[in-house]
Amino acid sequence: MSSTAPVAVQPVPRGGLGRLVGRRVVDWLPALVVFVAIIALWQGLIVWTHAQQFLLPKPTSIGSAFWTYRHELWSAGWYTFQEALGGFVLGSGIAILVALVLARWRPLGTALLPYAVAANAIPIIAFAPITNQWFGGGLTKSSKIAIAAVLCFFPVLVNTLRGLTSVRPQDLELMRSYAAGNIEVFRRVRIPTALPFMFTGLKVASVLAMIGAVVGEYFGGALNAIGVLILSRSRVFQFNEAWAGVLVVCLFGLALYIAVAIVERLTLRWVPSTSE
Amino acid sequence: MTDGAKVVEIGGVSKQFGQTTALEGIDLEIGEREFVSLIGPSGCGKSTLLRIIGDLIDPSSGTVVVNGKSARQARRDRDYGIVFQDPVLYDWRTVAKNVALPLEMARWSRQKRNKRVQEMLELVELQGFESHRPWQLSGGMQQRVSIARALSFDPALLLMDEPFGALDEMTRERLNMELLKIWEASGSTIVFVTHSIAEAVFLSTRVVVMSPRPGRISEVIPVDLPQPRTATTREEPHFFELVTRVREALHLGQDLERAAPAAQEATA
Repeated sequence: MSSTAPVAVQPVPRGGLGRLVGRRVVDWLPALVVFVAIIALWQGLIVWTHAQQFLLPKPTSIGSAFWTYRHELWSAGWYTFQEALGGFVLGSGIAILVALVLARWRPLGTALLPYAVAANAIPIIAFAPITNQWFGGGLTKSSKIAIAAVLCFFPVLVNTLRGLTSVRPQDLELMRSYAAGNIEVFRRVRIPTALPFMFTGLKVASVLAMIGAVVGEYFGGALNAIGVLILSRSRVFQFNEAWAGVLVVCLFGLALYIAVAIVERLTLRWVPSTSE
Repeated sequence: MTDGAKVVEIGGVSKQFGQTTALEGIDLEIGEREFVSLIGPSGCGKSTLLRIIGDLIDPSSGTVVVNGKSARQARRDRDYGIVFQDPVLYDWRTVAKNVALPLEMARWSRQKRNKRVQEMLELVELQGFESHRPWQLSGGMQQRVSIARALSFDPALLLMDEPFGALDEMTRERLNMELLKIWEASGSTIVFVTHSIAEAVFLSTRVVVMSPRPGRISEVIPVDLPQPRTATTREEPHFFELVTRVREALHLGQDLERAAPAAQEATA
């Protein structure tokens, strides 16, 4: 972001998604090695110590359960992912709109921001059993969407608002010299400045959305939801299946996070750190 | 003072920031095609005066007329371009789009905009950098983009607030030459704030020397060096005479300031 590049002209970063992905593979190689090592260690320790499978199943057992029940798991995961995605879109969307309003009428923002920050620190997930009853009873999708939306709302609001208000004074002075109106200042300066902040909030929210939906389902949900599946399988000691369910949750959660990260990279080409 | 139309007319301008008086009793007229430098030590209010001309700050009292209308109206009509010490380029825009920013806001058509951006980048010798991001350029190049942007919509007046203050001496001297070329080519009036005596003398048709606490004009020195100025201008004896005159005027202002508290002590 800074304008202190006193030495030479740097090349224009070229290339689209292909180059982006190509670079990624090399970057992620160390992480991949660690992943394989951990799985191997896990498997080895259980084989070596003869640990009970209800304590921790072997990765290979989880893998085979995952493969055997893949259709059921996939459809359950997809069902929950829809709830999470709905909550993510709804919560983040409202948060961005509210952030715009609070940034436009600053006294309002000053009055409300401390509460938003405080709410951000509250374990909202604790309300899940209650909110389950609020939105059409525990079995509906909308109750899970609601809890995911509330979870997503605060981090996106706080980050976006911080971005909208952390504009450099000289950027505003230039706009003033052009006699720019409020809408123009938002469009040309505040919103572009806020985008990196907003994406930070969205990435946090993408993780929280899946957590919200799954935990919401632990307190009652549709039979074909992954949270309910994990709960019911572990109650009847089918731990391989329960763990396979957890794996599915992880995969869907990761997918949402990566999707947001890709959109961020494509949007923020102009930020030095993301175009490299 | 030059004849012809007045671009800036400042009458009895004062500015208070709380208890401190930043400017007091400023009277200054700037004619068409003049290049006027405001020079003085920190705290003399030269940047404040520039911002008052640009209606970025309101004066506490006095009047400012720009292009025959109030400073506010002149700002609304986009009668001036401004260059700050920091280039103030938007990182989310390419070089070309940064230059085009005021044109977009004035609702120029895309075609007209692109043509003008090309002309401006040629003027500041940055052809080929259209699609670069500001942070990919050196400090001097960034400042040239900023100048191109300020001149892109042909303002009658160019306000410059220590535009080369953060640059090294060599880059600064080169940009001084370029600025003079641009000034001749564009035919605009320039008000230029600087810390550097040599820069002020080399560039200006008039140097306004200011002194601090309260900020006021202590002397106005006409610079009668021949136009156009060249690299050899800096080596002429008359250039050094003028530099000495400005330096003495600056010191006089500071000596007065230093003498004032001493006098108070004496009377106490």
